[in-house]
Amino acid sequence: MASLVGSRVERKEDKRFLTGKGRYTADINLANQTYAIFVRSPHARASIKKINIDKASKSSGVVSILTGKEIADDKIGGLIAGWAIRSEDGTEMKCPGNPPLAKDNVNFVGDPVAVVIAESLAEAKEAAEKVEVDYKVLKAVTSTADAMNGDTIHEGIDKNLCFDWLLGDRQKVKEAFDKADKVISIDIVNNRLIPNAMEPRACVADYNAASEEITLYTTSQNPHLSRLIMSAFGNVAPEHKLRVVAPDVGGGFGSKINVYNEDIVCSWAAKKINRAIKWVAERSESFLTDIHGRDHVTHAELAVTKDGKFLGFKNETIANLGAYARVFGTVTPTYLFGPCATGVYEIPAAYTNVKAVYTNTAPVDAYRGAGRPEATYTIERLVEKASMELGIDKTELRIKNFPTVFPFKQTLVHTVDSGDYVAGMEKAKQMADYKGFEARRKESEAKGKLRGIGVTSYFEACGIAPSAAVMSLGCGVGLWESAEVRFNPTGQVTVYTGSHSHGQSHQTTFAQIAADELGVPIENIDIVHGDTDKGTFGMGTYGSRSLAVGGIAIVNACKKIVEKGKRVTAKMLEANPEDVEFKDGEFIVSKSNKKKTIGEVAFACYLPGVRDEMKSPLPEGDEPGLKETSFYDPSNFSFPAGTHIAEVEIDPETGHVKLQKYTACDDFGRIINPMVVEGQVHGGLAQGIGQALYENAEYDETGQLMTGSYMDYTMPRADNFPEFNIGYTCTHATTNPLGVKGCGEAGAIAAPPTVMNAVIDALGGQEVTMPATAEKVWKACKNLKKSNAKAA
Amino acid sequence: MKDFNYHSAKDSKEASKLASSSSAFLAGGMTTIPSMKLGLATYKDLIDIKNIKKLSGIKVSGKSVTIGAATKHVEVSNSKDVKKAIPSLSSLAEGIGDPQVRNRGTIGGSIANNDPSADYPSACIALNATIHTNERKIESAKFFKGMFETALKKGELIEAIEFQIPEKSSYQKHPNPASRYAIVGVYVAKHKGDVNVAVTGAKSCVYNDKEMSKALSGNFSSSSIDGMDLDSSEMNTDMHASAEFRASLVVTQAKKAVDAC
Repeated sequence: MASLVGSRVERKEDKRFLTGKGRYTADINLANQTYAIFVRSPHARASIKKINIDKASKSSGVVSILTGKEIADDKIGGLIAGWAIRSEDGTEMKCPGNPPLAKDNVNFVGDPVAVVIAESLAEAKEAAEKVEVDYKVLKAVTSTADAMNGDTIHEGIDKNLCFDWLLGDRQKVKEAFDKADKVISIDIVNNRLIPNAMEPRACVADYNAASEEITLYTTSQNPHLSRLIMSAFGNVAPEHKLRVVAPDVGGGFGSKINVYNEDIVCSWAAKKINRAIKWVAERSESFLTDIHGRDHVTHAELAVTKDGKFLGFKNETIANLGAYARVFGTVTPTYLFGPCATGVYEIPAAYTNVKAVYTNTAPVDAYRGAGRPEATYTIERLVEKASMELGIDKTELRIKNFPTVFPFKQTLVHTVDSGDYVAGMEKAKQMADYKGFEARRKESEAKGKLRGIGVTSYFEACGIAPSAAVMSLGCGVGLWESAEVRFNPTGQVTVYTGSHSHGQSHQTTFAQIAADELGVPIENIDIVHGDTDKGTFGMGTYGSRSLAVGGIAIVNACKKIVEKGKRVTAKMLEANPEDVEFKDGEFIVSKSNKKKTIGEVAFACYLPGVRDEMKSPLPEGDEPGLKETSFYDPSNFSFPAGTHIAEVEIDPETGHVKLQKYTACDDFGRIINPMVVEGQVHGGLAQGIGQALYENAEYDETGQLMTGSYMDYTMPRADNFPEFNIGYTCTHATTNPLGVKGCGEAGAIAAPPTVMNAVIDALGGQEVTMPATAEKVWKACKNLKKSNAKAA
Repeated sequence: MKDFNYHSAKDSKEASKLASSSSAFLAGGMTTIPSMKLGLATYKDLIDIKNIKKLSGIKVSGKSVTIGAATKHVEVSNSKDVKKAIPSLSSLAEGIGDPQVRNRGTIGGSIANNDPSADYPSACIALNATIHTNERKIESAKFFKGMFETALKKGELIEAIEFQIPEKSSYQKHPNPASRYAIVGVYVAKHKGDVNVAVTGAKSCVYNDKEMSKALSGNFSSSSIDGMDLDSSEMNTDMHASAEFRASLVVTQAKKAVDAC
């Protein structure tokens, strides 16, 4: 039987997605359901003096109106930060309370203060407009860079500072800088982004008064984790009385990791009114209240010798958490950022210092790449600048500082098990025709255009991650994953996974893995996920962990099935279990060459006694049935890496940047389904290029979101991109049995510095902030013209 | 969206009769419907004019192209007659919004709305268009009054737009990357006697740039406007472009348009 791992198996989920048969949360309608509309703060910062619901309550169709007072009275808990981070001085991070409905203060535009539940959506909306909230408007803090000098947002949190964190050794770095021939320094801004999943958030909450169970259908990337948080911290219901279902989910990119206010409020309120409640976000609500991503202000320095060896690295960053610290809000700018900020280089001394600040903006949390795009942007912009200042070719300078021996003990935290960074660079250069760039630059010049080339070499730590490691770093849970593999008596297989697919093609990729492990046709394998009543506990999908963690749990559970199968076969064929081999779905006794198919074995396990040859095929100690579970805790992160090269052409008259070529050469270890991986790379690149050239979440000084719709927030479109040139090198991960590494975030990590390095190369080294909009580039072109004229 | 009464008018007369101070005509609804959904506009009555047969269609004579008010952008961009008579008008229509907008939005709706960043108003100015309403004919120069403001009176309905066929013309747009409306769009048209340089997106309302028109009437070459330093004091500044950048873009796009003629 040919192996399915490595082949372009067509996606099993596409039939329902492409024919409109997907079942998303908004598609779910329950009998006698009501509709919720949230009354949200129009102010970025205010205290709530009074809420008057008299008029609204009399509005037609209103079932209930609930405010922060009721939710506090019922002792429903607030939203939480999932990682505890300590400051350099040893103090604990400072987190404000974040009630699901604000009671005393609102802290960003969109912060919910009340929920209106009515018989119809239109009635709920109409009544919501009649809720009168008397606010005392306070001065908002919106700027990341100036947040520490602003008014105190949360009582008792001085300077709006959640923590002042250090990773690395300042003294060693000082010594390294003292020895340097040259110090390259850079000031950069990592622009704030809005995730914009295609499916807006939604939830439907139901209550069964007889069983006292709450069922919550919601757009989540991790239903079990949501249940745990809502139960343990939200006090919504004990875990066994709370079922969380995340059906088809249309994209998450990190924005659907969090339990949100609406999930808690609707679950709590459904029990209160003893009816189902449906809430679906409008796109404007998504812009305002989904978590946002990035938003760093960084000063970084690189100490180098004159022949280009890196000696030391400093990184001083202010990270914006928004109004509240959420699930991955505090780890994203720390342990997901700091360790990767030294990039793919041997740098003897380094530190990263992060001051995480609160502002009156939407909470900032993990968004595709989470910390690693910010880290890669920092080091790769710095290395590119070093190449300009040192006059050393940008690829040569990188190669000079690559590690060549693996495992590679990276400067700050990680031990990278495998990789070949030089091979990746050489292949990327060939794919991009790096040598031919100068000729292409001249061609552009002849047309009056400026052409630039940019390079990024990255690695990232994903497949998050060993429980012992993450919990020692402050994570509130262990990041293992579970799988359960069940055979039906007639030989089909159901795989329950704790990972969640919201676009990642698990139904196909995981089925390929199980098909190979069990020798069962892929058509006979179903992948089930997304329902706390079905699968064993799981940690969900984020940080490119589904395959490298969840996939391995499936492999391990399959291996247990095979072990039992060997024992059963041995009993059935009167052989020693050690003499039974398993290959392509058959158990073969090596000495006699007698065999049983895995289907026959499964049948025997469920119906012991029906076979002629013996009463029971089950060995002593084995129970009937064929079902195995695995909880897999990885021994390390996985470390994909690669080199990307971009070429841009700029029209100096309009500042328009055209991305002419984009080459991505990645090492994702073993690839299970190349088509799925290409899709992941394309999507990641679109988001990364979007950050570099188009996307930007902008608040004005009063805290109003200026880019609150697609009229002003530029989502990239297909016509913004060239045909992507994608290739791979492959070194297998040595820390998992499949040799796989994560691929979901690579594009979003590597593309921003790659594109910006190309833009800045075209502009003769002039800094431009992301996104490189036409006006910014036009101004830089004017400056370039002036300085060229002066030089001449 | 608040409840409203929907009417489908069978002719202009009925449409006009139904109009009141709390009504709106619905042509494509590409601005009206989103405004209502966002609560920015509320109407008691929406009077749909799409089904009035007389308002749709394209007629070309030796001197002019006349387009019915309810004609969709996609019909203008696909029309062989328009492509032949005024190719720049067809390519303007092809560059409006996205396919969904082009399949619903209409020329009359665009002009009546007079969005300061819309494309069609510049075509009207550049191509000396006459706006035919159910009551009168209005010259373009007198039609576009200010931001979202036109010479139309309450209940007055655009029936058709008659464009003068120029000797040469081109429309060049620097789009807002998010909305794809014009940050600056410049429509250059060379007629027998003179040259029009209609500019959209730059100011609160579309206008004919007299300085460039004059220079190009004298010498129809991009060199005659190259480096022209336009007054940016009345130009728009927003998060997408400053007045200074817009002023520069007006010249750049005008040059491109002349070169493309």
